[in-house]
Amino acid sequence: MRRFSLGKYALPVYSVIAIVYLMIPIAYTFVFSFNDSLKTNLIWRGFTLDKWINVCQQQGVCEAFGNSVMIGVISTVLATTLGTMIAIALVRYRFKARSFVSLLIFLPMATPEVVLGAGLASQFFSMGAAKGIATIIIAHVMFCMSFVVVTVKARVASLDPALEEAGRDLYASPAQVFWKITFPLLMPGILSAALLSFALSFDDFIITNFNSGPAMTFPKYVYTAAARGIPAEANVVGSAVFLLAIAIVVTVQVRGSLKARRLAKQ
Amino acid sequence: MAFAAFGHGGGGGATTPAPTKKSKVALFLLLPGLIYLGLFFMTPLISLIITSLEVPDGSGVMGSYAYGFAIENYGKVVTEFWPQISHSFGYALIATIAALLISYPLAYFIGVKARRFPLIQGLMLTLVIAPFFISFLLRTFAWKQIFSNESPAVHFLQQVGILGAHDYLVGTPFMVIFGLTYNFIPFMTLPLYSILERLDIRLLEAGSDLYATPATTFRKITLPLTAPGIISGTLLTFIPIAGDYVNASGDFLGGTKTAMIGNVVESRFLVLNDYPTASALSVLLMGVILLLVGFYAKRSGTEDLL
Repeated sequence: MRRFSLGKYALPVYSVIAIVYLMIPIAYTFVFSFNDSLKTNLIWRGFTLDKWINVCQQQGVCEAFGNSVMIGVISTVLATTLGTMIAIALVRYRFKARSFVSLLIFLPMATPEVVLGAGLASQFFSMGAAKGIATIIIAHVMFCMSFVVVTVKARVASLDPALEEAGRDLYASPAQVFWKITFPLLMPGILSAALLSFALSFDDFIITNFNSGPAMTFPKYVYTAAARGIPAEANVVGSAVFLLAIAIVVTVQVRGSLKARRLAKQ
Repeated sequence: MAFAAFGHGGGGGATTPAPTKKSKVALFLLLPGLIYLGLFFMTPLISLIITSLEVPDGSGVMGSYAYGFAIENYGKVVTEFWPQISHSFGYALIATIAALLISYPLAYFIGVKARRFPLIQGLMLTLVIAPFFISFLLRTFAWKQIFSNESPAVHFLQQVGILGAHDYLVGTPFMVIFGLTYNFIPFMTLPLYSILERLDIRLLEAGSDLYATPATTFRKITLPLTAPGIISGTLLTFIPIAGDYVNASGDFLGGTKTAMIGNVVESRFLVLNDYPTASALSVLLMGVILLLVGFYAKRSGTEDLL
């Protein structure tokens, strides 16, 4: 007789419970985006699609969201460009100050956000620079860059140098080798670095709060609104972004597994 | 490797190709980014240290300070804000341990047990990172609502006697630690997953073949082999938690008695314009974190951390 083994089921059951626990606030935010709420969104008052349809009627939500998207896109482009260049240099070239460069890339990731935020703010203050969208972007590029370097570096390191050698053997110029071989091969790494960078920028609150002045971003809007209750429209924006991000991840994963299957068949 | 594990599922598998000698190209690639970090990362830190030593300039205008060398500012902030300092590191320690205990079995299941089912593995991994896709502040606020004073959850806990009739959750250290743990679990689970995913199961089988109990196998084989994941996970959770001020804020899960270093820095810097105090506290926080990272780096090798 086979003994019923608790151990066999304990781990899967636990894992499901842990995942459910991770999902609770997401589900809550999503459900309360359909709440027919008045000014605050504290108690359930009935289902409505109104907040989804008229999301921009809540003052400030859409403007803050628009700012966040713009800041995210600009910061991502700049951080990804600068970070990718450093990643290529770190893997492909031997230079003296290597460990110093590695340290300089590592430190921003190991620094608490409140220190990064206060440091930049104190610098802007002593320079007399007015805080606004531009200072937010400066801050975001700074902390996103290191994450880009780390992500792209992994991709550069896994690149087969023989492919570039082949290009050179066939008399391609260095620029041709880079744009026709290296860059396309690095693209998946650059893309995931850009996505990570955008996500970090879009959701950043602490550094933004120190360097935004009067400018509003979506996280800052939520933080400010929290004192009097966050309106359901903020839940709508949060849920919509969530659904979009999940859709992107699932698409990338499905495409990846389809590609793997295709390769396996060959 | 610590942070690489987080960024892109580990890496550096292939060996570095023979580096070429064109240092001009390297310089061109490196300079823009390094100048940027110099201007907007290093200089601000120096500016923070200088500000932390400033003294009121005597004009009586709020927020105006003069250069000084007031090392005693540090002594002042440590005595004045000792409760907040101890909250920051105490909460961070408890929340990091809690996140490790919650994440390890989950990461083990996804990385080892679910290996034969790629679809389940992919799904669960997506769900683990799903919280990243919804605003950090909305998530935290959701917990506040779920455990608000009038919520069914709190009523239930009062009825079964876990909470007293007039005890509530929001505003307590428990709730702040709960929120911190929740928010940073993915930062712990991902590096653990990326190392557990590569764990060679044959080593575990060898352990049991040699009559080791599952507990011994875990302690002698699994745990040492996954130590790098534990190291990156604890760094990735401890650092942001120690500097966090959203969870402990009175508008979210905290109250007046749960303030952490970040809460003081925020109010001193942005509300009271008391820049020297805010800067001294930030430098202190940074110093402790650097000591911790240095200790970890010494044990696991600096290059490994990247």
